[in-house]
Amino acid sequence: MRGILVTLSVLFAVYTVLVYGVGDRLDTDRANSGIRSGMRVWQERNCQSCHQLYGLGGYMGPDLTNVASLREEPRIRTFIRYGTGRMPALAVSDVEMDHLIAFLKWVDRSGTSKVPPETVHWTGTYLINEH
Amino acid sequence: MNKVTRWQIGFALALLLAALIFGAIAAFAFVFPDIGDLIPFEQLRPMHVSAALFWIISGATAGVMHYKREVFTEQGRSALQAVFFSIWVATTIAVFVFYAFRKFGGREYWEFPPILCVPLLGAWLLLMLDYFRAWRHRPTDPPLYVWMWTTGIVFFLITFIEQNLYHVPWFRDTYLREITVQWKSNGAMVGAWNQMLYGTALYLMVKISGDEGIARGRTAFLFWFLGLSNLMFNWGHHLYNVPTAGWMRHAAYAVSMTEFAFFIAIVRGFRKKLEEHRRFKHLLTYRFLVASELWVFLNLILVLLMSVPAINRYTHGTHITVAHAMGATIGINTMILLASLGFMLRVDELAASRKKWIARGLAMTMASLLLFWLALIAAGAVKGYRDVVLGMSDFQRMMQPVFEVLKVFATAGLGLLVGMGIIVRHFLAALRKASYGASA
Ligand code: HEC
Repeated sequence: MRGILVTLSVLFAVYTVLVYGVGDRLDTDRANSGIRSGMRVWQERNCQSCHQLYGLGGYMGPDLTNVASLREEPRIRTFIRYGTGRMPALAVSDVEMDHLIAFLKWVDRSGTSKVPPETVHWTGTYLINEH
Repeated sequence: MNKVTRWQIGFALALLLAALIFGAIAAFAFVFPDIGDLIPFEQLRPMHVSAALFWIISGATAGVMHYKREVFTEQGRSALQAVFFSIWVATTIAVFVFYAFRKFGGREYWEFPPILCVPLLGAWLLLMLDYFRAWRHRPTDPPLYVWMWTTGIVFFLITFIEQNLYHVPWFRDTYLREITVQWKSNGAMVGAWNQMLYGTALYLMVKISGDEGIARGRTAFLFWFLGLSNLMFNWGHHLYNVPTAGWMRHAAYAVSMTEFAFFIAIVRGFRKKLEEHRRFKHLLTYRFLVASELWVFLNLILVLLMSVPAINRYTHGTHITVAHAMGATIGINTMILLASLGFMLRVDELAASRKKWIARGLAMTMASLLLFWLALIAAGAVKGYRDVVLGMSDFQRMMQPVFEVLKVFATAGLGLLVGMGIIVRHFLAALRKASYGASA
């Protein structure tokens, strides 16, 4: 009994180290201070209560993982500044806006949220960046 | 029951009511944006989520701290329990005050400013001190529920710390690492409180049936290890579409498929369950437990499907995920908690008329929850189809029929509020009686 518990715990610890250390090996795009500030604005305004990144977050608004490449920047700025029927106008300053855009661009560069059909393997898993 | 436990139960029930009320308003604000003009959705949602999360953890800890006194043959009062609870209550209230002033931390599940994680961590350490001090008096060869409580408490600490690692810049240095660690911890944390709750359900079943054997034996422990492995490695389904290293995806997929064993065990044990039900169905505590088991079964079917990446491709980022979360937190967690609080409050000794009302409340809750859950699945399926299959890019147009289906969901939410409101009302009456009983 104890043997199994100890084995599982060791496996968990090793796995955790692997996840932290090499789970993101394909992402070499380090955050600079502007991006970090953008992330802070994203959190303080609670954008994730309505928006998802990689499908995680609230569902009132669209997933914004790749909004930076799908939409023109002025349109994004307008949306954030003035809102629409369901999206509130969030009074962000010009500097905060720049940081938010930098953050969204950084997220966009990390990958795509939608999984293309050709990456679905017959076993049911995805093969992303593996061939 | 000591005085602090009584307060813990009352506080937990108040949070349950708050979660239901905020949830019902948020659901209508989601469908009818005009309501959002009064209280913005980005404020309502965290209030609902935090009330629900704190209900579960407050209720779970109230039970474990109480039951362990008997199981660990603890004597006297524990000052630590009172200190833990005071910090816990003060911090929970602070969370809502911050929301009222639109101060957010903006992390999923933990939407309050992260400074409040400091007292929460302190409170948890006190809880652990209290638990492990008593641990010395544990029975030799402890029953399974003790192991479950213990791993639940320890893993809650681990995942709580992990959830806050993002304050260390290295952890948010790349976006993939940031999102991976966030969902590794969140996913496992749900497993941690499930350990506390499933342990409690097992303890209650032992008490009801008088059969200690169900908390011992190889099979019971094997299933526990399976559950524990899922806690440790099965969080990856949140991240299937994130372009991390492939092994993370494949490992999560493989481990989650072991949950078929639970499915088979439930199906095979069905006849025995019916027999058990005939024997104990007159007990309300038992009925809440059976309700939770029914939801384990329904949610398991959903989880097994969602854990296949090829299916997850359609369900991820839709209300099917919400259906899963609601099935788990309301159907499973809340039902176990109501069984547990009901057991502590001895609701089975209440007057017949009160018991009848509680049973009615439960029936209403179950019917509403089923409709609620099915509506969420339908809404998710509609969105998945329009988004992934049709590839619609105009968000408002894509969502239009989804909002229609969600009107059913919001209405069913009112049913939940009324059904559980009835239960809470009579539980509170039992709580008042319990306090008079002890002070007399
Ligand atoms: C109350 C919910 C809510 C909050 C909070 C919110 N949004 Fe939105 N947002 C929406 C909705 C709904 C839409 C879609 C509006 C539409 O299509 O008409 C949207 C649209 C957008 C768009 C345009 C997307 C596109 O594809 O054109 C951007 C960009 C955006 N939001 C950014 C943000 C940022 C940044 C924040 C935080 C500062 C934020 N939103 C907070 C609800 C919200």
